Amino acid sequence: MSTPNFIQAATERRDFAAIARWIAPKSKVLDLGCGDGSLLGYLRGALDITGYGIEKDDANVLACVKNGINVIQMDLEAGLSGFEAQSFDVVILSQTLQAVYHTEHIVQEMLRVGKEVIVTFPNFGYWKHRLSIVIGNMPVSRNLPYQWYDTPNVHMCTIHDFDDFCAGHSIHIRERLILTDGKPVNLLPNLLGSLAMYRFANTLA
Amino acid sequence: MSESSSVGVVSPKTAHFSEPLTLKSGAVLPAFDLIYETYGKLNADSSNAILVCHALSGTHHLAGKYSEEDKYPGWWDNIIGPGKPLDTDRFFIIGVNNLGGCHGSTGPMSINPATNQPWGSSFPVVTVEDWVAAQARLANHLGINAFAAVMGGSLGGMQALQWTLSYPARVRHALVIAAAPNLTAQNIAFNEVARQAILTDPEFYGGDFYAHDVVPRRGLRLARMLGHITYLSDDAMGEKFGRKLKHDEVEYSFDVEFEMESYLRYQGDKFAGEFDANTYLRMTRALDYFDPALAFDGDLSAALKVAQAEFLIVSFTSDWRFSPARSREIVKALLENERRVSYAELTAQHGHDAFLMPDDHYHAVIRAYLERVA
Repeated sequence: MSTPNFIQAATERRDFAAIARWIAPKSKVLDLGCGDGSLLGYLRGALDITGYGIEKDDANVLACVKNGINVIQMDLEAGLSGFEAQSFDVVILSQTLQAVYHTEHIVQEMLRVGKEVIVTFPNFGYWKHRLSIVIGNMPVSRNLPYQWYDTPNVHMCTIHDFDDFCAGHSIHIRERLILTDGKPVNLLPNLLGSLAMYRFANTLA
Repeated sequence: MSESSSVGVVSPKTAHFSEPLTLKSGAVLPAFDLIYETYGKLNADSSNAILVCHALSGTHHLAGKYSEEDKYPGWWDNIIGPGKPLDTDRFFIIGVNNLGGCHGSTGPMSINPATNQPWGSSFPVVTVEDWVAAQARLANHLGINAFAAVMGGSLGGMQALQWTLSYPARVRHALVIAAAPNLTAQNIAFNEVARQAILTDPEFYGGDFYAHDVVPRRGLRLARMLGHITYLSDDAMGEKFGRKLKHDEVEYSFDVEFEMESYLRYQGDKFAGEFDANTYLRMTRALDYFDPALAFDGDLSAALKVAQAEFLIVSFTSDWRFSPARSREIVKALLENERRVSYAELTAQHGHDAFLMPDDHYHAVIRAYLERVA
């Protein structure tokens, strides 16, 4: 199930472009689990944002420094205690939701620190994943590229699950966008959508 | 390290400054000398200079040797040289002995021209701000308007931070390593014990021991032994020494029984033979006094508002003397000011001393950061 690199890169750029459409130019942006900083690099180029990434992995921190991305090395699971309330225009959790342990706490922290929150995650309900399970294997795909024994993912969810989570936690969804191969999916999103993107804020804000 | 990555044989220079310098305490130094070393070449527009500030017992001798036979190179030779993270093929790197030092810059051991005697106890108490002001004079002397970077570890990191506050337009990047925005009470306590060891040594003579032709060795020795305990982590000590005995069996005496004791005594003796007690008192006081937030009701964010530099903040997980939490305070204040900042919290076993160790990942981070520093 390998996809050529240039297609992956093009799809990634479309995902980034979709996120960028939700962010105002020159915003102050915090990207949680920023990896090598490529999303922040894209947003800086496209929107002239002031961006900071949070990352715990040594190799990724080094990659960010190489790429000129502001990166703060810390473990998300400890929360965002070093960050003032409402101190960022946007806090992003891009394809990291499924890999965090303290999901509720982190979402609450994002809502505390960010005036707006963007969360993206691989939709476990995507038909290819369902098919994989029906056939009898854990899914491995572009958005879920890991084998079951070496995956960092611990909290997989579907679009339905996340909708329920938001409803149950008084999270007001401002926008939701479902993508497959970087293109919007409107029909049966929980079945046909590979990547889910949500934009929300604290109902109090 | 291969010979090709060494800066080779170096020699220090001395700059004399005849303009009086008013210190933070209000005291005035009528004139002073700074001893310094440089490595690499200053480029045509003087834009490639890096100032490396030293810590408590450091010197201007950062890298290279004074002769081919010299046994030890400068104290940060593992990171400075051609092709090393502080690449002397690209950068013009400066090390300077701070004011009040005992390695050639004007300090308590120097002759006070007014009395023709060593300054001794009459040498003023100096602060991090004073050092930075003196370093700025050296920058002027060398024709450097703005540094590509100012950096340092521990007390050296505090100077790098102070540079961005005292001369915001003269620092493009600050690398603040294993530092803190001020000392904790515990840290001041350690410094006080070290000072008391010196001050109560009968051979200290109130700081004017030079005339008596003695050195308060016991005090310096104790101060250094205490310091070394705090620079290492429990784990690092455990791994290096554990409960290893000096001899095959215990001897039921107060001589050296454990390797740990042997190490501390060696470090203490070595230090007492080469460092000035008056300098040690002043260096620890400079640490105690450093507190840029003090003038802003403790608001570090307000204190750092004037900074314009981009920052790399580095801490080490096992450093309990300047813990990662203290570095995170600096990061938080910089974030609040929307400064460009990266923070690396490095997994290291060596405690505070880790900033001097040639760890691959640590050096890779410094190298990667400096590669973006034009």
